[in-house]
Parts: sequence; C-alpha cells; structure tokens
Amino acid sequence: MAKPVALECRGVTKTFGRVVANKNCDLEVYRGEILAILGENGSGKTTLMNMVAGIYYPDAGQIFVDGQEVTIASPKDAFAYKIGMIHQHFKLVDVFTACENVALGVEDEGRYRLADVRKKVIEITQRYGFVIDPDKRVADMSVSEKQTVEIIKVLYRGADILILDEPTAVLTPQETEKLFAVLRRMREDNKSVIIITHKLHEVLSLSDRVAVLRKGESVGTIETADATESSLTEMMMGVKVELNIERSEPKDPQERLKVENLCSVNEEGRAILDGVSFTAYSGEILGIAGIAGSGQRELLEAIAGLHHLTEGDIIYQDPKTGKTEDLRDKNPIQIRDLGVRLSFVPEDRLGMGLVGNMDIVDNMMLRSYQKGHGFFLHRREPRDLAVNIVEQLQVATPNVSTPVRQLSGGNVQKVLVGREIAAAPTVLMAAYPVRGLDVNASYTIYNLLNRQKEKGVAVIFVGEDLDVLMELCDRIMVINSGRVTGIVDGRTARKDEIGLLMTKSKEEMQDGENG
Amino acid sequence: MIAFLVSAIRLGMTFLLGSTGETITEKAGHLNLGLPGVMCMGAACGCYAEYAYLTDAGMEYSPLQAVVIPILAALLGGAVMGLLFSFFTVTLRANQNVTGLAITTFGVGLSEYIIEEADVIFSKASKHFTAPLIPFAEDLGSFGKLVLGYGIFVYLALAIALITTYVLNKTRVGLHLRAVGENPATADAAGINVSRYRYIATCIGCGVAGLGGLSFIMDYLNGMWEYCVDAIGWLSLALVIFTVWKPNWAILGSLVFGALYVASSYIPGVSFAGKELFKMLPYVVTILVLIVTSMRNRRENQPPQSLGLSYFREDR
Amino acid sequence: MAKTDKKHTPLVHIVKRDQGAITWQNRILIRAIAIVLALLVSGVLVSVLADTDPMKVYESMISGVFGTERRRWNAAQSVAMLLCVSLAVTPAFKMKFWNIGAEGQALVGGLACAAVMFFLGESLPLPLLLVVMIVASVVAGMIWALLPAVFKAFWNTNETLFTLMMNYVATQLVAWFLKQYVKNGSGVMDVMSDYGLPMIGEYKYLLNVLLVALLTVLVYIYLKYSKQGYEISVVGESENTARYIGINVKKVVIRTMLISGALCGVAGLLLVGGTNHTISTTTVGGRGFTAIMVSWLAKFNPLFMVLTTFLIIFLEQGSKQLTSDFGISSSVADISTGIILLFIIGCEFFLQYRIVLNRNRKEVTK
Repeated sequence: MAKPVALECRGVTKTFGRVVANKNCDLEVYRGEILAILGENGSGKTTLMNMVAGIYYPDAGQIFVDGQEVTIASPKDAFAYKIGMIHQHFKLVDVFTACENVALGVEDEGRYRLADVRKKVIEITQRYGFVIDPDKRVADMSVSEKQTVEIIKVLYRGADILILDEPTAVLTPQETEKLFAVLRRMREDNKSVIIITHKLHEVLSLSDRVAVLRKGESVGTIETADATESSLTEMMMGVKVELNIERSEPKDPQERLKVENLCSVNEEGRAILDGVSFTAYSGEILGIAGIAGSGQRELLEAIAGLHHLTEGDIIYQDPKTGKTEDLRDKNPIQIRDLGVRLSFVPEDRLGMGLVGNMDIVDNMMLRSYQKGHGFFLHRREPRDLAVNIVEQLQVATPNVSTPVRQLSGGNVQKVLVGREIAAAPTVLMAAYPVRGLDVNASYTIYNLLNRQKEKGVAVIFVGEDLDVLMELCDRIMVINSGRVTGIVDGRTARKDEIGLLMTKSKEEMQDGENG
Repeated sequence: MIAFLVSAIRLGMTFLLGSTGETITEKAGHLNLGLPGVMCMGAACGCYAEYAYLTDAGMEYSPLQAVVIPILAALLGGAVMGLLFSFFTVTLRANQNVTGLAITTFGVGLSEYIIEEADVIFSKASKHFTAPLIPFAEDLGSFGKLVLGYGIFVYLALAIALITTYVLNKTRVGLHLRAVGENPATADAAGINVSRYRYIATCIGCGVAGLGGLSFIMDYLNGMWEYCVDAIGWLSLALVIFTVWKPNWAILGSLVFGALYVASSYIPGVSFAGKELFKMLPYVVTILVLIVTSMRNRRENQPPQSLGLSYFREDR
Repeated sequence: MAKTDKKHTPLVHIVKRDQGAITWQNRILIRAIAIVLALLVSGVLVSVLADTDPMKVYESMISGVFGTERRRWNAAQSVAMLLCVSLAVTPAFKMKFWNIGAEGQALVGGLACAAVMFFLGESLPLPLLLVVMIVASVVAGMIWALLPAVFKAFWNTNETLFTLMMNYVATQLVAWFLKQYVKNGSGVMDVMSDYGLPMIGEYKYLLNVLLVALLTVLVYIYLKYSKQGYEISVVGESENTARYIGINVKKVVIRTMLISGALCGVAGLLLVGGTNHTISTTTVGGRGFTAIMVSWLAKFNPLFMVLTTFLIIFLEQGSKQLTSDFGISSSVADISTGIILLFIIGCEFFLQYRIVLNRNRKEVTK
C-alpha cells in the first residue's frame, strides 16, 4: 500500500514574457517522504515550487493538496494548506530578531505576545536539535543560522509539506549533515520534504524518490534506490554526458598572472578570501571550481580591481616587454592605463557587465567610452564593433539599437563576451559564462574561450558544472571558503576527487599537510 | 516662560500628529511627500464641516458635535488623500516621490478651494477645541496650565502617538507593518497582504496627519485660517527624520520643534529678522540628525529599508 | 485542514510588459489618451464649478494663454522658467539622485543675485555687475547642491530628505535677508529696475526665453553625446556596472549635482535678475517641485520636457483666465494641475504592465 499523496501538480505551466519556465509539469509527493527535485540551472525547479508556495501564479495546470484541487494565489493560501518553502535567498527581515521573524505573518488565536512565540521557538529547536539564539538579530547571523530561522519559521506554522530550495549551496559539509539529520527527523514525523538540488550525491544519500526536470518539463520520477549517478545525470541532461568540447594542448605557456596570498574580509570581518595563491599561464584555460559562494566571485573581482584586499599581491607580466606590474589596490581604469589588457566577464551580466536599458552600441562603449579626444563620445567605433559582433557571433537582435535587456540570455552573453574579447585581452576572466544558456549558446562560448586560448591568452574560467570544467580546462583549481584546496590537471582529474576538494575543510587541509 | 512652553506644546502637537501619521505611512514603506497636501486637506475638510454644521445648526448647536464633526471630517479628508496616494503607488505602482508631490499640489489647491467656499474665521468654534479638557485646570496655577490646561488636541495627539508606538512595537499588526516597510518580499512570502497593509497604513496615517492640519488651525491659530498649513506639513516630515521613525521620541521631538518655531517670539532681544533665522533651526537640526544617523549607520536608526519603493511580487 | 476548495481564481492578474512588446506609437497613444482624459475631467470640473458650458471653459483657457500678445509672452516666460528648473534637476535624476531641492537651489541663486544687485548695484559699473550677479547665483546654487551630494557620496545620506530640508533653509534665509536689510521693515524688497539682465529690444522676456532654449539644447547634448553624460546614465542605471568599468561614482555624483545646482542658480538669476528685479520667499513659487514632475514625465529627455512644461503652463495660465472670466477660485489652477499630473503618472502603469483576464478555468473532475 503506497503512502497517501500529499501534493500533486498536474500540467503546470508558467511563462515569463517569452521565456517558458515550466511546461506541463507533473509532480507527486507522498506523506512521510523526502523527494528530491533534480535539474540543471534554469530547468524550472524553483519556479515550479514557487507556484506551489504561492509566489508565482501558474498560467495553466492544477495543484492538488491531499487529493483536492486548490488555488494557491498567495503565500498565505500556501500556508493554509500547510505548505512552507525555504527560499534560496532567505526571506527574513534583517532588523528583526529570530523570534520576530518567526512570528511574522502568523495569525494565532488570541493576543500577540513575543514571549509565547519565544517559548514555542525554543520548543521546536529542542525537538529537532537546532542551535539558535531566539533574540539574535538576523542582521548579525551567519548564513546557516539564517537558514535555521527559515526552517523554524516554517515548522512554527505547522507546515506538513516543506520545500527547501538548494539548502546546501551555502552550507559547510558539517552544517549540511546537521540539516539532513533534521530533515530525516521530519520524515519520521510524517511530513513531506521536497528538496531542490542539482547535487547528485545529496540526492542519493538523502531522498526516497527523485523527480527530474529538464528545460522546464518533467522527465520523470524514480525511486532513489533504483538510481545511480549516471542514470540521474542522463535524465537531467537528456543524453549521456559526452560534451566533446575540443581541447588543444597549451602552446608555449608563459607566466602571465601570479596571484599571491590574497586575503579579504566582508563587512562583518569574516574572511572571504583566505590566502589564495596561483599562477595563470598564457595559452591555457585555468578552471576554478567550488561550491557557490566560496569566494570565486570575489577572487575575480579582486583581480579586476573591484574587491578590496587586506593582503596579497597580483603580479601581471607583460607578454611583450616582460615587465611586471602589481595590480593590487588599482581600480579598473588604472589597470587599463598601465597597459594591462585584462578582460572580465562577470557573473551578473545585466547588473554589472552590461546595462540592460542601453542599446548594444552604448554597451560596447562601456569599456572604451573614454577613448578619443575631447568632451564628446565617439559612437562610430562602438557601432562598427556592435555590428561586427552581431554578425560574427550571430546575435539574434532586430538591430544594434535594441536595448540588451530585450535579448535572450544567450544573446546577452554573446554581446558581453564579444565585447570583452574585442579588447584583445592578454588575460580573460569569465565567471559562470554559460549559466542559463542553452546548449548551442554554451558551445559558442566554449569555442570563443578556446580561440582566445589558442591566441595565447591566459583564460580563467569559473564554472559550476564539473563535466564542463573537466573537458574544457587545462588545469582546475578548487576553492572552498576562500582557500585553494587543490589544483588538478583537467585531463586526468576524476570527478569525485574534485568533489572531495570542494568540501575539504581547513582542518582537513592542515591534517593533510602534517600527515 | 509658561506662555512660551504652552505655546510650544500647542504647536508641537500639530507636528506630532503630522509626524505620527507620516511615520505610520513610512513604516509601511511609503515615503509620502504629499503630507503637506494631506494636512491642508485635513484642515480644510475639518473647517468646512464645522462651517457647514454651524450654519446648519444655527444658535442651537451642540458643543460636542461642534468638536466631533470637524475631527471626523479631518480624518476622512486626510484618509481620502491617503487612498489616492495608495491607489497610485500600490495599485498603479507609480513613483512615490512624483505622486507625493502631485498630491501636495493637488491637495493644497483643493484645500484652498474648499476653504474659500466656507469661512476663514472660526474663532468661536475654536474655543471648543482650546477649552481646557479638565475644567479646574486653570485653578491649579502654573502646573495646571502647563500640564492640564489644554484643549482636546494635545491629549488626542499624545494618545495617538503612544498608541502608535504600542501598536508598532507590541502587536502583531505592528510587526507585520514594519516587515512590509522593511522587506515587502519577505512579508509577502510570510502571507502578509502587502498591498492591504500599505493601503490601510497610508489611509490611517494620512487621516492622523489630516487631524494635525485641523489642530493647527483650530488650536494653535485659535481658528484663524492661514494659508501656511503646507509649511507645517514639511516640518512634520522633517520631524519624522529628526526622531528616527519613532513616534514616542516624536513626543519630545515635537516639543523641540514647537519650541524652536515659537522661541523667537518669547526670547527678548531677538530682532524681527532674527526670528526668521530661528525658524530655520528645525530644518538645520533635522539635516544634522540625518547626517549623524547616516554616518553612524546604526541599523535601528535607519529609514525602513524599502522606503520609497513600489512592490511587485513577480518582479524578476 | 478540511478546506472546501471553492476559492475563486483571481479575476485579473498583472503581468509586467515585455519592453519590446509595446510600440512607440502605442506609448504616445496611451500618454495622449491620459492627457485628453485629464483635460476632460478638469474641464468638466470647472464647468460644474462655474456653472457654464465646458466648451466655454476650454475657449477661455486657450484665450488665456494665446489670446493677446502679452499673454503669449507671459506663457513663453512661464514655460522658460519652469523648463529651466526642470533642466536643472534632470542630470541628477538621470543618475537616480532624487534632488528635490531645486526649489532651494534656485532660491539661493536668486538670493545671491538679489544681494549683489542690492549691495553693489550702485557702486559697480553695469557690465561688471552682471558678471558678479551671474557668478554669485551660479556659485550659490552649486553650494546648495554640493552639500547633499557630498554626504550622499561619502555616507549615503538620504538625498531626498536632505535636499528637501535645504529648501526651507533657503526660504528662511531669504526671509531673514528681507527683514534684515529692507529698511522700511515691510519685508518686501523694492523692484530694482535699474539693474539686471539686459532686455533685447523691447521684449522683456526674450532674453530669458532664448537663454533657456539654448540651455535645453545644451543639456540635451550633454546628456546624450558627452562622456560625462554617458557616465551619468551608467551610474543611474547600475552602480555596479559603473564600478566594473572603473567610474568613480562619488566623483560623478558630486560633479553632476554641481551641474544641477549651477543650472538652478541660473534659474534663480533669470527669475531675479532677468524678470522680477526683486526677491521674496515665493520667487521660485513651487517650480522646484513641479520641475521634478516635468522632468520625470518627460523621461528625462530635455526635448520632451518642452512639451510637458507647456502642458503644465497651459493649465496654470489657462486656469487663471478662468478665475477672471467666471469668477471662480484661483486655486483651480493647482487643482487641475494636480489632476493632469496624476493622470499622466497613472498612465505609466499601462506602459509598464499588462492586465490579464484569467480565462475561466475548468472545474476538475478526478
């Protein structure tokens, strides 16, 4: 006898403008189980769950709770059906304490008394083994504490269906283990737990069943016991992963960028970069792997002159003269004025690399608007460049006067990468350049990077997909919590070896050194 | 000295009502630059209602009704302006700054029209507002005069400020309201109806501010209409910043503002011109407070985080 | 929870428009409809108040603006003054710096000009006096804008509230100046018709109009074709991008506000030195606030601003004519301006969002 169905989605569809996020998605969740929803970035996992949680409203399709069709038009409706979601970006009010955040939106019987809330919060923490100070302000909390508050919030409302959106992305391995223990305890409590993830090992170790989404459509649901890494990957990717990215041998590698002992801290004084050292050579692609938020972004921004360092040096060696320059504490303009041709494709394309409301021509000027004499802009060159890029990279756009915000993700990226490459860089840094892109666009980007490598550019590639990193990069540097945990050869490295490095803690590293 | 303090308190209460109203609005994330227009409308509606009532009732009017009717009218007049502001900023998601300024233009114009339809002198009616609420206060000497000798508005303003403080900090509604102003996406995810909270908070806030407008005319000016309620509105807006969004602090702050505003008339030797410099002080100290709080960057003294921003759930 | 599921599907829901999906023809059409509607509403309102035929109301308004040469000049002058202040706030707004202190910046500009005329008028030769007037006005406007800009740049002090407060400091400063230095104690300064900007021929307002027309073109070119204008757009659109390409955001904020303040100073100069030859606390007369709406409604495009300015002046001046023709309150001008502003503000919604009627969803049978 199967367990009763707690939640069911049937034919759910959601579009944003021209982008189809979910198409005809089906999903079933039982009571007392942990269901993993697996899919690549942009496969529509989060959007689907947001509709269940009442954040978005579906364009079509039905949602059933306990066998009855329901309309979930707002998060409030979701709570009424005992559905609670823990979002990837925490929905907490910074100036409130943990208790106040928990009390938010709850319509208990009787008067509101924070003391009562506090009591109940403590009860919940003891029951599930959380460690949290209920009177601490959220602004003063660590990421893992904030997540705990989110979970308590949902439990406080008596949710029976819990949805967690990539909960482990920001956690250390120890914190992840603790979280999983809590989730298992919830399963024993006969709750339904849905965990959104793209990490296969988590799926295998935690869940009872796995539902796989691909490009917004549901591929199917299988018992975890019957699944293996490769079968899941196949479901996720559609075909068995044979990426076939071309990779040439580096020609005449020369030291181009030498980074030594970079350290930085965030506003609260916690270390973001913690002694990062590496060397990037010309004519090779250096991959950077790591859990999201391990300091990848800050590392690239530090090199580009956008992230303040407390320690360390960034030594650039000029390919022609052989002269070296220290780029530390210089802003992007000073770096350029030194004659360093450093190009940077940031992770946030429309928020940093490009200006969404400007047209392609004006975006071409971002890096070069100061060129030329006088007070006025020179639009001729950028226009030619824009026309060129549109033509060569086959950017789908009505014309070069179209605001880039109106282009699709892949075309936006082509514009950005095209501009950065047009500057004839000697160092090219790219952060997650294929995130959210379809297969064709991704290969265009891989090819562009490879061309640059063959031209003798030192390419630094931050990626999240290990298969891509292993097929594209000559060397892969793994970082965790702002520390380099290892640099491996891209041709010989094994996936599990990299995965291990990604979660290696400081203590383990020291043990390794001593032992 | 007593006369000075009494005068400062009576004016201060107008500021207090205005700033409490605006604080309620701003806690919901609405920066309502229409406050001067709202206060004008409150004053005009209240006065017009008084005029209409007195004309209608003739000699046999009831003093109680002569007080209650204008107060209700002022509340209503302010609330309607709040409704207008919310409609544009919440439902139509218009820019708050621009909408607020348009509301000020509109409200100041409309209030002048309304008051011209009525009368500009309400000295007789005003007596019912300024008459000491506690009958024997006058007999208690300076203490009585200073503490007990006020008309209804002073006590009303204090009560509203204290209730607002209590509601904001100690009740569920207040918790939700603050969440809406700090982080509407979070509030929304928690099942709080952001639009409804913003609508209601703005209407209530504007109603209270409208009351402030009426108190200026009926209490401080003893019923003599002056076309300067909008200036009082801007000062009330300043007071919100001066007291870092805390209505209980605003009780003291309003006294400071009231005192600064009237001080020049009571300090001997201040020249005619010097008075104008005195009137500058509330604005200058507000700027200083603004600077100091931003430099110290303490979280509890900052404006609500999403102040001035419209919220659309499906924004991506 | 035994919840019977008969909750209604929301009748409508609101969808953000795909920016490419709306043509410029439709954009103009929506705005035109809003303006026509607003004119209809205010026309009907006035005709009810004045107890007359709506057509007569429009007739009267048109005659009030275009009826005689003097009225046409007055309209041109009013447009020029409002436009000048609107131009001044535009660079700051484009940078998303909410400068609502144009009122004060223009007023101190005017005050500086008046002070120069008042104290130095007799002692300096006219050409030199003119130079001092111009410099004083511009510098005063710049100082008033610089203060909030510096604090915004270095400490992120809320500029909306800061600039707002600065308005009243300026007003009180003028009030103090008048009471301190006007000898008769009336607080009203005599018209100093001997000094001031020169007249072109016998046209009192021609110089103002020409200067503002020139400024309009200059500001348009500055924003669209200069490197600094480009920097302003980038900072306004995304501070992160500005950082990414190495723009010094603090510098741009301060520089842009200096320009904004300088232009406000020019507005004050034109109002005092070129028009009134005296000053009062209401010399700027709320233009600083109206300008914000003018600039915003024109999407910060100086050329469109000519249109929005004209629209508002048309209402203002037309309503004044109504006052004298039908004997209704002068406050009608403010009321109808308010109405038209609200209509135009409201119509932006339909440019940004689409309302979707939900189809009737079928009852589900399991």
